Amino acid sequence: MSRQMGDNHRRFLQTMMVNGIIDEHGARALYQYCCETHHTQYAPDKLDEFIDTINSRLQPMFMQIRKGMSEDNGQQYYALVNMAETDITRMSSDYADNELELFRKTMDLIVGSENGKASSTDILNTTDSMTTKKLKKSETEHLLSRLVHDKWLSEKRGEYTLSTRCIIEMEPYIRTMYQDQFKECHICRNIAFQCQICENPTCGIKIHNPCVARYFKGRSEPRCPACDDFWPHEIPAHMRSPSSQQVSINRTVSTGITSSPTRRSEMARESRSTLVGLWSCLK
Amino acid sequence: MTQRKRPSIFMENDFTQRQSGNLVAQDEDDDATFTQPSTSQVQRGLEKLTPAQVDQKTAEVVQYFLVKDQKKIPVRRADLVKHVVKDYRNIYPEILKRAARTFDQVFGLKLVEIDPKNKMYILVNNLETPERASPINPKMGLLFVILSVIFMKGGVVRENLIWNTLKKLRVDPGEKHEEFGDVRKMVTDEFVRQRYLEYVRIPHTEPIEHEFRWGQRADAEVSKAKILEFMGELHDQDPKTWIQQYREAHSTPTSSQASTSSSQR
Repeated sequence: MSRQMGDNHRRFLQTMMVNGIIDEHGARALYQYCCETHHTQYAPDKLDEFIDTINSRLQPMFMQIRKGMSEDNGQQYYALVNMAETDITRMSSDYADNELELFRKTMDLIVGSENGKASSTDILNTTDSMTTKKLKKSETEHLLSRLVHDKWLSEKRGEYTLSTRCIIEMEPYIRTMYQDQFKECHICRNIAFQCQICENPTCGIKIHNPCVARYFKGRSEPRCPACDDFWPHEIPAHMRSPSSQQVSINRTVSTGITSSPTRRSEMARESRSTLVGLWSCLK
Repeated sequence: MTQRKRPSIFMENDFTQRQSGNLVAQDEDDDATFTQPSTSQVQRGLEKLTPAQVDQKTAEVVQYFLVKDQKKIPVRRADLVKHVVKDYRNIYPEILKRAARTFDQVFGLKLVEIDPKNKMYILVNNLETPERASPINPKMGLLFVILSVIFMKGGVVRENLIWNTLKKLRVDPGEKHEEFGDVRKMVTDEFVRQRYLEYVRIPHTEPIEHEFRWGQRADAEVSKAKILEFMGELHDQDPKTWIQQYREAHSTPTSSQASTSSSQR
């Protein structure tokens, strides 16, 4: 079942295509903006239905807008993913063969690690065992910053993790390729990279850091949900999602498309006056 | 006003299923590796395939376009047929028609043929944008300024005029700009590759000089009427006072916003 697609759906989709990924608040604000711009009914609690309509039309193209959790802040994100190829070759239009090989090797390191991270040193060292044209140190560094810019990897203090977008998009691929290696969160059942592990050798379940925060919130004595052993790790603070809508929409809305409705006319006037200002120099 | 080939709209904004009518372009085919199949050939080809196969191929074509268009690179028919359509070339017109319909209905994009001779296509935004006349992105703002100058000057200007204009706006092509970097490269390379501008050498000039014109993407995407409107505001004049430009802005269908031209090529 799918309702007809309207211009409000199309604008939402176009924005998703430019940004690739958007946080939940940004998605809600964008949904509102799209409906208001195209004078269609807007029901705040119908975002998922709205996206379902888009997805039903994207399905024949093997594309979907999928929802997933960030391992860093526990927030929900929506990402436009390509499901046509269950391999990283979908990146092949932007990256050369040897660059893709290095990305695969980086993914190997991250999946195989306990903390879901790969240091830049370790990544640089793997270039020694490359089978395609070896990348030099400077080329590797440049490639890594491109991968971060294109939102495939995240970087913090010299360590690289898979970005939220990458995880949402590549989950099926990772489950297949790294069958025996990948970790799954005991609480939310999604794939897990940055997580805490139960110290009980016969248990060893994994829980995402944000899922730990949520699950153990307020408990004086945290215990493993599977084996009941004491949970020895530091419980991170439960992060409430930011309520500021203004922040998200300004970040996510792309070139040519303006910000939330309340600021739209303001910004239009501003930009117009900037151009007028520019032009009056030439009069 | 210099004569330009106007880009043609490939597909009408028509959601109803078209009956067989010849969708094939009648013009000369200079693509050496590809001959446009006739309607009956297409029909026969379709009969041999399952709907799923045709849908799959359409999906691949849509993906290919989206990837190329993300970088604003026009798609050449020859490349499309060689790399994506392949064995399905006998039903190529049908696949392209379905892809165009998908772009329109799902993505709100219009498939536009910008070069009938070389068979090149781009995707243009089909959604009504209220603020099209005043772009917010600085790069687009600068482009808009350049396009305006060219349009007001009759469609072609010598490059020096553009460089001088930019200099007055403190965007010096000779220096590295804080926002734009290498300005000359952005204008003569990036904007040209994206088909927003044409940068053509003027013969018999020493030292070599070039002239700027609107590119095919600008023709398809930017509304001359809106530029004129903006000029009117700037100079506090009625756009109609620029008789020549007004006539041009309001004559061709592709130069006004939200064109629903059904010119089939």
